[in-house]
Amino acid sequence: MKRFLVHITTAVGLLALASTTALSDGAATLRQGEPIASEAEAPKMNKVENNDVKRVRNYPEQPPTIPHQTRDYEISLNANKCLSCHARTRTGESQAPMVSVTHYMDRDNQVLATVSPRRYFCNQCHVTQVTAPPLVENEFIDVEHIIKGE
Amino acid sequence: MLTPFKKIWELVCRIWSSANRPAKHLSIGFLTIGGFVAGVMFWGGFNTALEYTNTEEFCVSCHEMGDNVFVELKPTIHYSNRSGVRATCPDCHVPHNWTDKISRKMQASKEVWGKLFGTINTREKFQAERRRLAGHEWDRLKANNSLECRNCHSTESMDITVQSTRAAEAHQAFLFTGEKTCIDCHKGIAHELPDMTGVEGWE
Repeated sequence: MKRFLVHITTAVGLLALASTTALSDGAATLRQGEPIASEAEAPKMNKVENNDVKRVRNYPEQPPTIPHQTRDYEISLNANKCLSCHARTRTGESQAPMVSVTHYMDRDNQVLATVSPRRYFCNQCHVTQVTAPPLVENEFIDVEHIIKGE
Repeated sequence: MLTPFKKIWELVCRIWSSANRPAKHLSIGFLTIGGFVAGVMFWGGFNTALEYTNTEEFCVSCHEMGDNVFVELKPTIHYSNRSGVRATCPDCHVPHNWTDKISRKMQASKEVWGKLFGTINTREKFQAERRRLAGHEWDRLKANNSLECRNCHSTESMDITVQSTRAAEAHQAFLFTGEKTCIDCHKGIAHELPDMTGVEGWE
C-alpha cells in the first residue's frame, strides 16, 4: 500500500512538473496558451500584395508568385479565371505573361494544344504574397551567392 | 358555327353600352373623388406588392435562390467587404427604370412557372440548367451595356490611379473606349460559374 502511494505521488509530481515546464518554455501550441474556456484573439489578416511587380525567383524552377489579388477567382471543373488572361490565346488582349510552355506538355514532354490537366490548378504552385513579417528567420542562400563564394 | 362568336360579340356590345351610359344613381363628385381614391389605393397596393417582389428577402424565400446563388454570393465582395456597402439581388438582376422593371417582371412570370413545376428544385437540376440561366443574364447585361453594374460603378467616378496597374490598363483600353462592357470580362463575380467551355474569353 505504501509503495503504491509513493508511485502515485511521484506520478502526480512528475505530471505537474511536466505541465509547468511545458508552459514556461513557451512551447508553441495551437491555442497559444489560451485557457480552454476562452477564445484567443485571431491574428490580424495581412494585405495581399497587389502591385503587379514580378518578384525574383529564388531558383530557376520556382513557380513565380502571383503579384496581384486573386479573391473570388474561380478555378474549378467549370471555369479557370487565371487562364482567361494567362492562356496562350488570351495574352494578346490581356498582355499578361503566358502560362509557361512546360504547362502545355504532358508528363512525357508531348506537346498539347491546351494546358495539361495536371497543370490546371494554378494555385497548387502559384500563390499570392502577403505583407506579413516572416514567422521564422529565413536562412535560404541563393545559388548565385554560393557560386560566387559569397 | 358562327353562334359562339355571335354570343361573345353580343356580350361585348352589352358591356360597352352599359359602360358608355352616364351613371344613373351616382353623383359626378362621388365618381371623380371615389375614382381618385380608388386609383391611389390601387396604385399604392400594386407598387407595394411590386416592390416587395424586389427585395432580397422575397428572392431567397425560394430555396432555389436561397440554397444556390445566395450562398455563393455571400463570400464575394458584393456581399462582404470593408465598407459594408452591398448589392442585393434586385440591384443587379432587376432594372431600376420603371418600364424596364415591369418588362423584366413580366418575363419573370416564366420563373414562377419554373418554381411551380420544380425545374431547378434540386442542386443537380440547377447545375444542369446553369449555363443556360447564366447565359440569359449575360445576354441581358450585354444588351443594356451593363446598366445594372453602372447604376453603382460609373466610369466618370472611376479613379484609375487608385486601381492596380493591370486593372487601370484594362479599363483604359477596353471600358473607356467602349470596346467592351463590364460583363464581357467580369463574369461570375457574384456567383459560381457554369461550365465555361465555348464562352468567349474563357479557355
